[in-house]
Amino acid sequence: MDIAFFQDVFLRLLGGVPLTLQLAGISLSIGFVLAVVLAIALHNASPLVVLPLRGYVALFRGTPLLVQIFLIYYGLGQFRPSLQAMGVWWLFREPYWCVILALTLNTAAYGAEILRGGLQSVPAGQIEAALACGMSRGLLYRRIVLPLAFRQALPAYGNEIILMVKGTSLASIVTLLEVTGIAHQIISQTYRAIEVFICAGAIYLILNFAITRALAWLEHRLSPHLRPPPAARSATQKGEAA
Amino acid sequence: MRHIFKWLAASALSLAAVTGAQAQTAPKAITIATEGAYAPWNFTGPDGKAAGFEVDLAKDLCARMKIECTIVIQDWDGLIPALTVGKFDVIMASMFITDKRLEVIDFSRPYAIDPSSFAVAKTSALAKSGLGGKFDLNKEGEAQASIDKIKPLVKGQTIGVQAATTNQQFLKKYFDGVVDIREYKTTEQHDLDLAAGRVDGLFAQQTSLAATLAKPEYAEFEIAGPGFLGGVFGRGTGAGFRKTDTALRDQFNAAIGEAIADGTIKRLSEQWLKSDVTPPQ
Amino acid sequence: MDLPAFVSLLGFSEKGWGPALLTAAGMTVLLSASGVVLGALFGGLAAFARLKGGRLARGTADAYCTLFRGVPDLLTIYLLYFGGSSLLTAVGRFFGAQGFVGLPTFATGVLALAIISGAYQAEVYRGAFLAIPAGQIEAARALAMPGPLMLRRIILPQLLRYAIPGLGNVWQLILKDSALLSVIGLVELMRQSQIGAGSTRQPFVFYIAAAVLYLVITFISGALIRRAEKRSLRGVRRA
Repeated sequence: MDIAFFQDVFLRLLGGVPLTLQLAGISLSIGFVLAVVLAIALHNASPLVVLPLRGYVALFRGTPLLVQIFLIYYGLGQFRPSLQAMGVWWLFREPYWCVILALTLNTAAYGAEILRGGLQSVPAGQIEAALACGMSRGLLYRRIVLPLAFRQALPAYGNEIILMVKGTSLASIVTLLEVTGIAHQIISQTYRAIEVFICAGAIYLILNFAITRALAWLEHRLSPHLRPPPAARSATQKGEAA
Repeated sequence: MRHIFKWLAASALSLAAVTGAQAQTAPKAITIATEGAYAPWNFTGPDGKAAGFEVDLAKDLCARMKIECTIVIQDWDGLIPALTVGKFDVIMASMFITDKRLEVIDFSRPYAIDPSSFAVAKTSALAKSGLGGKFDLNKEGEAQASIDKIKPLVKGQTIGVQAATTNQQFLKKYFDGVVDIREYKTTEQHDLDLAAGRVDGLFAQQTSLAATLAKPEYAEFEIAGPGFLGGVFGRGTGAGFRKTDTALRDQFNAAIGEAIADGTIKRLSEQWLKSDVTPPQ
Repeated sequence: MDLPAFVSLLGFSEKGWGPALLTAAGMTVLLSASGVVLGALFGGLAAFARLKGGRLARGTADAYCTLFRGVPDLLTIYLLYFGGSSLLTAVGRFFGAQGFVGLPTFATGVLALAIISGAYQAEVYRGAFLAIPAGQIEAARALAMPGPLMLRRIILPQLLRYAIPGLGNVWQLILKDSALLSVIGLVELMRQSQIGAGSTRQPFVFYIAAAVLYLVITFISGALIRRAEKRSLRGVRRA
């Protein structure tokens, strides 16, 4: 085992971590905002609005992310004159923005479905109680519905975050040099595919492990009502969530 | 958990038994890998089968050696790693014989020699400069002078190149910091981005560029500046082998020699590449 | 682009890519199905280890699930592709076989999908097992039912009922993951559209066609899964 080689590769791959985190961070943040709006719309709006939104969600959930990235990058590249006329070519010219666009649209579709499930789980009694108190629609969502829905959706949304971090590895296919892209570069210089991919895998594992821990902590913080009181904890074993 | 290991070991062994038997009869039947995305040297048709100059040459060489050949397609950047781990026995994928690659694999004698060049818009400074000719990078003075003349003409432009190739090494060595190098998995992809205007130019082998530029979408582009050979480009295009397969390599060398002598390479290259790339005998 | 050109490009005439794309779509379904079936074995074993195994078995199963859910599937595929042959060659040498031992591309693809889907299926089976009311198992024990019979009559039928929605999700995930096998040169739907896009320089047409075919596959399989779910709930009273 060539420890020095592993060390060198590992350090070089770390150089790609900022870009990996940037791609995941930006698309997850914008995607989350979009997902909230979409989920509320899907939950409440008239069929005229819901139908096209359902189509969008089905499209992005029903096709591979790789196809979406290729379609947005190489596919739309064919329509440069029209995109230039619309003044949006600067966006589609850069692989960086194409990947962010694809990842954002993808995570927004998945996120909308997850949050919609959360919204559906909010007990009707809670909403009735809030309305009976004379809460406005906005206040009702801010104080009652969204917090409950988020708490319910958190485990599933956590999975989505991890899937997105993993999904950024596809950016290497459209010339971006994030962790996987750099891994390919090192392989092309050393031809030692196995060692390099093991290093890259370790980096993603560390990233995702940190995210999992952070999410578990957040979930713990947000669910004091679900935990048995300290006295009872030793008596009854905590049931594991399926 | 022990079950999993047992099962894995058992299935691995049964597979090994099946494929191991094939490996022992290798001299009579081999697998040749090509990229299948480098027209007209090698490309893939609608039926998923490889075609092109190197595919026809491979068939010709196999017939001469009386070896049964299967041609498979493998992504460019995985070709050498996959050869060394034994996915196939020979690479014929327009791969240049370079010292760096010779550290890991072995090559036959060259079966083609084809210089590399820039392709840029006809209206660009490089195209209008009228620079041309052919430069051997081993003759450093001449080549460097020509490169220094090109530098100001392409400064700040984005140039597409295929990753893990000698063309990419050339740009990295002589144009790093001068042009913005963008690396693609296949030449097909950088061709698409040239048409889309995401890159200002390409750097690739002349025959490959000529085939791309012959298509109507590329009417506004042309091959410009000199062609480069030698140096990082090595000693021409050869077939790659594992270092242990010396007998197979020698058989290929003899067959390539015959194909050069009887004009087969000239005929095939003129048919596919529209120019004669035959190396000296 | 005018319509006739579009039709002839994707059509079934001699120069059309229609048959190639449909064959490739069939390949995608075959790969995903084989991957999920083989993955059921890995997932089942891992779930069993996590539920009933000793400390070592549980640790190994935990590591397996964490590893393959945390590492990008693209890397798992590459690793298996490049690492699988080396491993087999080493095993082969150990048992006296000569030379290199290759793992065929199709087998590599199925194995990759099986390993990835197994990590997800383990969670599904574990959750489904925990959802079976303890009274059912106690009742079977009280009737002195032998273990295998209990597994066949009591546990497996109910396990499957609870697992169907989760398995449906895994299937959809693996179906889309199979597109990543294009990077190891397996001619499935994604690879075929890349080949088409490259050689005709019409990427938009081919990637749209691929997207539509993937959608058709996910829609049909989604409908089948919903039907299976409904059927499995025949005997259940709705609250």
